[in-house]
Amino acid sequence: MISLAGRDILHSWGKFVLTGMGLGLLIGATLTMAGVYRGMVDDARVLLTNSGADIWVVQKDTQGPYAEASSIRDDAYRGVLGLPGVAQAASVTYLTMQVRHGDTDERAMVVGFEPGQPGEPAYLLAGRRLLRGHYEAIADVKTGFRLGERIRIRRHDYEVVGLTRRMVSSGGDPMVFIPLKDAQEAQFLKDNDAIVSDRARTAGNPALNRPGVPGLLDAVNAAQTINHSVNAVLVKVGAGATAEAVAQDIRRWKHLQAYTREQMEEILIAKLIATSAKQIGMFLVILTIVSAAIVAFIIYTMTLGKIREIAVLKLIGTRNRTIAGMILQQAMGLGLIGFVVGKISATLWAPAFPKYVLLETADAMRAFVIVMVVCALASTLAIRAALKVDPATAIGG
Amino acid sequence: MEQGIRIEGLSKRYGEGDTAVDALKEVNMSIAPGEVVGLVGPSGSGKTTLLKCLGAVIEPTRGRMTLGGEVIYDGEQGGWKTKDLRALRRDRIGFIFQAPYLIPFLDVTDNVALLPMLAGRPNGASRARALELLQALDVAHRARAQPSELSGGEQQRVSIARALANQPPVILADEPTAPLDSERALAVVRILNQMASQYQTAIIVVTHDEKIIPTFKRIYHIRDGRTVEEVGEGRGIS
Repeated sequence: MISLAGRDILHSWGKFVLTGMGLGLLIGATLTMAGVYRGMVDDARVLLTNSGADIWVVQKDTQGPYAEASSIRDDAYRGVLGLPGVAQAASVTYLTMQVRHGDTDERAMVVGFEPGQPGEPAYLLAGRRLLRGHYEAIADVKTGFRLGERIRIRRHDYEVVGLTRRMVSSGGDPMVFIPLKDAQEAQFLKDNDAIVSDRARTAGNPALNRPGVPGLLDAVNAAQTINHSVNAVLVKVGAGATAEAVAQDIRRWKHLQAYTREQMEEILIAKLIATSAKQIGMFLVILTIVSAAIVAFIIYTMTLGKIREIAVLKLIGTRNRTIAGMILQQAMGLGLIGFVVGKISATLWAPAFPKYVLLETADAMRAFVIVMVVCALASTLAIRAALKVDPATAIGG
Repeated sequence: MEQGIRIEGLSKRYGEGDTAVDALKEVNMSIAPGEVVGLVGPSGSGKTTLLKCLGAVIEPTRGRMTLGGEVIYDGEQGGWKTKDLRALRRDRIGFIFQAPYLIPFLDVTDNVALLPMLAGRPNGASRARALELLQALDVAHRARAQPSELSGGEQQRVSIARALANQPPVILADEPTAPLDSERALAVVRILNQMASQYQTAIIVVTHDEKIIPTFKRIYHIRDGRTVEEVGEGRGIS
């Protein structure tokens, strides 16, 4: 028996392929939405992996440093280092801000770290690591910065000496790494007017500006301008120690919050990007419904255009099963073309997205199954219409 | 006349009670194998209803139909003798329509071969049968063409080949010459006569076409659901 569906598709392949391409672009958009979510999750995991830490120590009762503001003393790492099982511990700061690049501002997350300690970019694509204590920076390639360029953070210029990749915040902002001291200053630095105002207020306070105590006012002013806070301490555990055990010790003895890698992943993925995930999920549902509606409409319209032929087929003895199979195969064919076009489209346009789009093979397989199921379901309307065609309509009168 | 088709006391009533309409009233017809008869009558006379009953598309209210010597419908004994009317139409009744209604996405050969294929014959044998018929109807040279590439006359010849594909004992032709000019209409009737004779098929031609009515040796007039047989002018067609 010949394939009626195949012959019909070959007969009007141009219309069929164009329709499939239209559907494919919609499927491509759906795959991309899924890819955006996967990219967010992957960015979060890569961020944690590349930070080189096993434990994140943050301010008590906070979920910092990525999900909430956290502020702890910058010498807290010393106490952590003294705990059993801790191999390395280092302070880090995180601050999302505008970084001046030429005449434009680039949004970036500025990370302060200590070279050679956890928090340093795991690898470089180009350039070198920080060698000087001040005014050097390593940037993620997504910032668009190039080696040797100068960027401005707050009041200071930094030279880009290294480039890294896949280091973005949970919001998708690329990271710029600078020395910890510079980052602390940038994070807590007040503007000149505020400093002058503070100094005047301090000088006007008789308790802090006693005539009989020379040097007190200068000491107070100096204390006000020096910042001793960081956002987190990153800890690397030694061989034989478990992250959970060390984290428990930190929570118990240091009165700080400590998260293991799994807990931090939970915060980033299940909490921080949960709303975005729901948002994307809604889009996926809507796009799936729209795709189903389009397939149903197209197949229904195509079937209505063949009502007379279907009546003739039924009159000359074609089984309902054969006619239903023809429509179903066409719907599936449309879905197949749509999926192939969608997959190719998504693959081609994904790199152009500002945020990382991760197209996973497993997602593509799932999408393929969903597309086929949706097409099969969408064809039922057309099949119903075809099966209701009275063969008598082929006979005049 | 045990072969061909015989209709006895066939009636068809639409609706019930006060709104009931008797579209066919005790119709009797008998067509021998190899014979072509005309069925003529004004609009609303019951031609199409009769064709639909003969084509096993609608069920008569009562009467009896015999096809190729076998009773296919008996209103006194439960109606249709088979539940699979689809198979009955496919294997034992050929249809020719006012317009050819060829399947546009199948080429000429497959349009004809589709019926044997639907009946379960192998593709090769079905196509061989199709080519044989296309040769008999002088359209074998267009065997690979698409229906849209054929002239109106060629399309109608292909539809005749399709009707003959499963060697049915009867072919029902519904206004087969309506869209054709005189010359082509007469050519179609000539072909129908030739095929009826060659394949020993009874052909009923429903028509309004004044050009072809005189060509039938026997004509059934239908009026208000009743048929009256008339022996034609006896000219037939040369």
